[in-house]
Amino acid sequence: MRARLPWEGVVGAALLVAVPFVLPDWMKFIVTLAMAKFMAVLAVALFLRANQVTFGHAMFYAVGAYTVGFGVKWFGVRDVVLLLPLGAILGAAAGALIGLVMARYREVFFAMLNLAFSMMLYGALLKLYWLTAGTDGLSAGVPLFLGYAPARDHLRDFLYYATLLAVAIVIYAVYRFLASPLGFYLKAMGDNEIRIEYSGESVRRVMYLTYVLSGALAAIGGVLAAFIVGHIVPEYSFWIQSGEFVFVALLGGYASVVGPLVGSIAFEFIRTYASKYFPNEWQMVLGIIMLAIILFRPGGLWAIYEAIAARFARKESEVQGA
Amino acid sequence: MPDAILQAVDVTKSFGMVKAADGISVEIRAGELVGIVGANGSGKTTFLNLTTGYLKPDRGRVVFMGRDCTGLPPRVITKLGIARSFQIPQLYTNLTVLESLLLAMAAQAGKGTGCWQPLYRAEWTTEGLQTLDRFGLRPYARRPVSELPEGGRKLLDIALSFALRPKLLLMDEPTSGVSIEDKFQVMDTLMKVIDENRLTTIFVEHDMEVVQRYGRRVLAFNDGQVIADGAPDAVLADPEVRKAVLGRA
Repeated sequence: MRARLPWEGVVGAALLVAVPFVLPDWMKFIVTLAMAKFMAVLAVALFLRANQVTFGHAMFYAVGAYTVGFGVKWFGVRDVVLLLPLGAILGAAAGALIGLVMARYREVFFAMLNLAFSMMLYGALLKLYWLTAGTDGLSAGVPLFLGYAPARDHLRDFLYYATLLAVAIVIYAVYRFLASPLGFYLKAMGDNEIRIEYSGESVRRVMYLTYVLSGALAAIGGVLAAFIVGHIVPEYSFWIQSGEFVFVALLGGYASVVGPLVGSIAFEFIRTYASKYFPNEWQMVLGIIMLAIILFRPGGLWAIYEAIAARFARKESEVQGA
Repeated sequence: MPDAILQAVDVTKSFGMVKAADGISVEIRAGELVGIVGANGSGKTTFLNLTTGYLKPDRGRVVFMGRDCTGLPPRVITKLGIARSFQIPQLYTNLTVLESLLLAMAAQAGKGTGCWQPLYRAEWTTEGLQTLDRFGLRPYARRPVSELPEGGRKLLDIALSFALRPKLLLMDEPTSGVSIEDKFQVMDTLMKVIDENRLTTIFVEHDMEVVQRYGRRVLAFNDGQVIADGAPDAVLADPEVRKAVLGRA
């Protein structure tokens, strides 16, 4: 992970803080949802750093979303500040359980077993109608914030800033994680598992702990997405949703923490505009963009930004040196 | 033997019809510097693999510091105090040289799976750079491992083992792949570090000259058995050893 100049973070944060003041409501909705999904994308990106791909992390996204659904339906709890940590805990718990199996597998088996677990959850969400209301789904209700119910006109802004705050906390936490020994072992894992074992560390433990973290991250995204969309359906756990997370991680780039955020926002806008201007071919547009990214910039959008920034930095140093 | 740090007792391992280790019984005392010679396929690396848990013996026991560690996984054996390097260096090519070493130091400190405090800590970085200095790798500290020359890779592989502060260091062909001009330089660097730390060391080497110059005790392997054990000059002058290793008496 490359250390970034502080001004980039400040500018990025300032732009995100300003969104509710400058963008129309429909765009505000897109950015809020993109930020929520970013956390699930980040969960997938963690494993991509270790050369592992998961096609099932939507299951944890669904765990977060249904935490909200059940909270509202069964317990009458609709407070974002209560349900966010609860969703994270349940996501981590689900990760801890499924991770016992997943930590043993790599590559295609890891990818497909994740898919299998997510589809089992999808099936259960569909069939347990008395509990989940099947395809009818559950309502997230109108959220509270520490017991405070914002006026309807301000609700979207409250949700936006709550999501932004969660994004900031998650970015900081994941940054710390990736800069820690475990984060470096995760990166090293994709390279040489033998050396890790001969360092006295357990590769399975690295996988397992990362899996638990990724479960919590994706679930946080699910909690927020449930409140933003307002409706929770089994599709949260569907394999297409998992595939979308992988797509976005590649689009934004997974070598940095903010790459998935850039990718997530870009993806939602690309999808929105592509489906507006090419209503029957919008998937093709996404496909062409992914093709271009993989062929020309496999590091994703963030790598494009880094290349441009590096060019500017070189020019600046040349000017100073002249 | 009271000060034996490692005991292999009748260790046997077969791969199909081939006996890669055939009843090996050896004792290594604390502070010894032991060279192992033998032709290709004589069982040298198999012995290291059996000692470090990479392979499980079909029969026999491996005892390290009085504890039976037969068949334990590598990470457990490493934690007990046996570290090893490999004939083909096992490195993290997408990390820098310093990061690789810091990871080994974190593991040694029992903080390898710490997920909040940074890897780059002042005390670890200082110590890591000093270690790299001792192995002659300081100029490469911030460079990716993939940019290291072959001799540097060998040294880093051993430095990663050394950073674990082992009680017993095993080196598998530390000069293989290193140019003739560089091999003695690599060995001199290693021997200096080993002597300074009074590290019990076993090194496998196919180069008789290297074994003769640096070994203080030599084990000669042939067909998975120890055929000679003693002072380098005596073992390497043994006609049976010369025939087995060089193909001529």
